[in-house]
Amino acid sequence: MSLPDPTSPSPRPRPLWPLAVIAAIAAALAAAFAWSAGWLGGPQRLTAQRMTDAIEAGGPPHPGFRRAHSKGMCVSGHFEGNGQARALSSARVFTQAAVPVLGRMSIGGGDPHGADASARVRSMALLLRSDDGQQWRTAMNSFPFFVVATPDGFMAQTLAAQPDPATGKPDPAKMAAFLQRYPEAKKFQQWAKTAPWSDSWANTQYNGVNAFRFIAADGSSRFVRWSMRPQTPFKELSAAQRAQADADFLGEDLQARLARGPLRWDLVLTVAAPGDPVNDPSQPWPQDRQQVVAGTLVIDHAEPQASGPCRDLNYDPLILPHGIAGSDDPILAARSAVYSQSFNRREREIGRGQAPEATGQAHGGAQ
Amino acid sequence: MSRANASGHFNLTARVLHWLMAAMILTMLFVGVGMVASVSQRPWLLDLHRPLGIAIGLLAIVRLGNRLRHRPPPLPADLPWWQKSAALASHWLLYALMLAMPLLGWSLLSAGGYPIVLWPGVQLPPIAPHSPALYAWLRSAHGWLAYLLFATVLGHLCAALFHAWVRRDGVFSSMARGGGAAARRREQA
Repeated sequence: MSLPDPTSPSPRPRPLWPLAVIAAIAAALAAAFAWSAGWLGGPQRLTAQRMTDAIEAGGPPHPGFRRAHSKGMCVSGHFEGNGQARALSSARVFTQAAVPVLGRMSIGGGDPHGADASARVRSMALLLRSDDGQQWRTAMNSFPFFVVATPDGFMAQTLAAQPDPATGKPDPAKMAAFLQRYPEAKKFQQWAKTAPWSDSWANTQYNGVNAFRFIAADGSSRFVRWSMRPQTPFKELSAAQRAQADADFLGEDLQARLARGPLRWDLVLTVAAPGDPVNDPSQPWPQDRQQVVAGTLVIDHAEPQASGPCRDLNYDPLILPHGIAGSDDPILAARSAVYSQSFNRREREIGRGQAPEATGQAHGGAQ
Repeated sequence: MSRANASGHFNLTARVLHWLMAAMILTMLFVGVGMVASVSQRPWLLDLHRPLGIAIGLLAIVRLGNRLRHRPPPLPADLPWWQKSAALASHWLLYALMLAMPLLGWSLLSAGGYPIVLWPGVQLPPIAPHSPALYAWLRSAHGWLAYLLFATVLGHLCAALFHAWVRRDGVFSSMARGGGAAARRREQA
């Protein structure tokens, strides 16, 4: 680069090659930006938007509702830490006497009117807000391990499970191809076929399948998976009972139980041993791993999600208090990304008044 | 309030802030679109996005103060009027966006009911009520203004390189170098 020559008497002829270089620099930056934003790379490139689109394509649109686990109820109560987890994590939730909880009980699937007895998966999402202002959000499920190890696997399953336009049902050939490519999913299918169904949200165990890093006050860290183990005794719901069950039996049962008194779950922390898979939620850890009961969750209130506080919350599993950190489990990062997309889409629909049913404004609003 | 600029160069504070923030803002724009799209890199990008955004907002306040106290060097007299207008408008647009984007980000997290975590254990208080309508509006504004900011930064870069390589009129060096150094170089030439 040269400085202007102040003695030059006439206008200099301006070189034109720099214009091409400038245009090339701008184009390269714009292309890099577009690639980062997921606009380039073709439809095969997995982004949070495409994964959310694929989940949405599993059924008709339900504006304002969560894109997955759409049917549910808001619950609230508190968590009583017993101090036992103090050696594992410095998070205040484990030592505070009563941490307020805003939660949500739900069933798997994208239909906010789905029949409860047809949903194999049930879920519990929680937001714990300790008195130091920290938040712990978690979304747990009734399955003991995740179906696949990677976001690619989850996308493949979502696409394979989409209804075929010709038959209205998933194409068995596509599902077979998915299982061939992601054999870990067979273990999940086996669980879905054989594990007994419980007859209530209250007596179901919810598992946080992903591993997290617990950091103690002394700086030491361990990998942990957590579960909410019900104090309510398990009672099986047989296939015959499921066929008879009311479409909303879980919500009705929950309200009836809460009318009699609060429901309790123990928070069980399972500590990984060296060599345990901490970045693959499809692989359970051996049964003999150290377990710590860290406290008790007490749920004493339930209300419809259309008007409840859980509606406008994103139970992003990576919103964690100081003392708990995420692992490099790829499913965890993908859940965070897709939950955010789902949240943005439904909040936009609610904000623009396009979701009368999800907000209870429609005649006979859904629960 | 501001003194006339006799050196033909931005003062040291302006130059340091300009190049530092150029790197921060460009990083921020890529981090922002990347964390929204990526299914694998979101956690660390999001952890970087919040403190970097707040840092940009704070530096923008310092920079605005410096800009109001120290007049920048004048543009060349022979610059066409529309280029002068575009320079003036784009510079104030950049200032507006540097200040607005962090505030929008902070507000949208507040309106979405999110904790505003700067780093583990350190949070900012919410500055907007938890409201889906407000969240939806702020989230859209944050996204669209990010695209506008990126377009403005690109235009600014192209104009700077145009001054440096085509017009060679000293506008680029007024931000790239100090007045003293440039004067010495002219003497040596």
